[in-house]
Amino acid sequence: MAENSERLRRTMMFVPGNNPAMVKDAGIYGADSIMFDLEDSVSLAEKDAARVLVYESLQTQDYEGAELVVRVNGIDTPYYHNDVRAMVKAGIEVVRLPKVESAKMIQDLVKDVEAAEKEFGREVGSTHVMAAIESAKGVLNAPAIAASSDRMIGLALSAEDYTTDMKTHRYPDGAELEFARNMVLHSARAAGIAAFDTVFTNMDDTDGFYRETRYIHQLGFDGKSLVNPRQIKMVNSVYEPTAKEIANARNVINAIKEAKLKGSGVISMNGQMVDRPVVMRAQRVMRLAQASHLVDEEGNDIEE
Amino acid sequence: MEIKQTALAGTLESSDIQIMLSKGTDGIQITLDSAVEKQFGDQIRAVITQTLQALKITAANVKAVDKGALDCVVKARTIAAAQRALGTTDQPAWEVF
Repeated sequence: MAENSERLRRTMMFVPGNNPAMVKDAGIYGADSIMFDLEDSVSLAEKDAARVLVYESLQTQDYEGAELVVRVNGIDTPYYHNDVRAMVKAGIEVVRLPKVESAKMIQDLVKDVEAAEKEFGREVGSTHVMAAIESAKGVLNAPAIAASSDRMIGLALSAEDYTTDMKTHRYPDGAELEFARNMVLHSARAAGIAAFDTVFTNMDDTDGFYRETRYIHQLGFDGKSLVNPRQIKMVNSVYEPTAKEIANARNVINAIKEAKLKGSGVISMNGQMVDRPVVMRAQRVMRLAQASHLVDEEGNDIEE
Repeated sequence: MEIKQTALAGTLESSDIQIMLSKGTDGIQITLDSAVEKQFGDQIRAVITQTLQALKITAANVKAVDKGALDCVVKARTIAAAQRALGTTDQPAWEVF
């Protein structure tokens, strides 16, 4: 498990890797993670050009503190090795491997990443990896994939390929994804890494997007992959804690501070026991509130 | 390095620059078409020239159509066009990246 498992990852925005306008502006929308794509959004004839465009942009553009991820081409393609080397040399934070079906695929990726770190003089271990789960095999092997390397930061479900593999397609109610979502989520949680839900591609169906986002928020996903910057605000609003949740979280954190000063680990607040899981939940609420600009770094309300 | 074939990289979309490289005999000759030629023409030419020199290309005809590309995009498209022209796309010149 990578050390930053508590990092907020509500939104992972896809950016086509051969589109300079989108690549250069990707930082202005406030996505928690930006995923530059060298795979499906880039035609075969432009794979080399996209790789160098993303590389040069990473050297000069300011992405406002977003986590920077790149989706490389699949391990069985002729582009994969140079994609990995270029992105490691560029200092990308996370390499996302598509169509992962086994722990071995991630272990092979990690070997290649480590070789590139040595080749280009980057600190060994500084590049993280994540896996996209896009098939029945990937879903069934998700627990092993999630736990396959210390460099893993997350699993992402990719529903278009998955539903095709399952001989179905996407429905508005998402019933066809129920098992995959729960497998990906449980595998990620058991390994202490992040879980990303799949993209929602119908930009005209705002109600459907909110319904799906509220549902995956309820299940416990860290966030969602997105294809359109307009969806960032929508996801953030679903993840934004209410005033009541913030007040409660603040009380919990203050109470536990007091208890620690008195040398006690467990306390009671308003007649309810406050222990570690309650405190961790409160801390996450405060991080989300801070990311939504509802509280400052000390946890005080920011007046509108 | 010798240019083997005429090659093109980049598009005519906003924020991009299209670079076409072909064989030349008289150093690096750049024809630039850009709406911001007056303000940034020299800078765009400088980035193209430096990038080609770093790739050890000393003679080439360059036709560039700029649509408001940043320096990093000019450099990226020049590298892509040059590697295609040299036939070295599969062996990226990492030291120039």
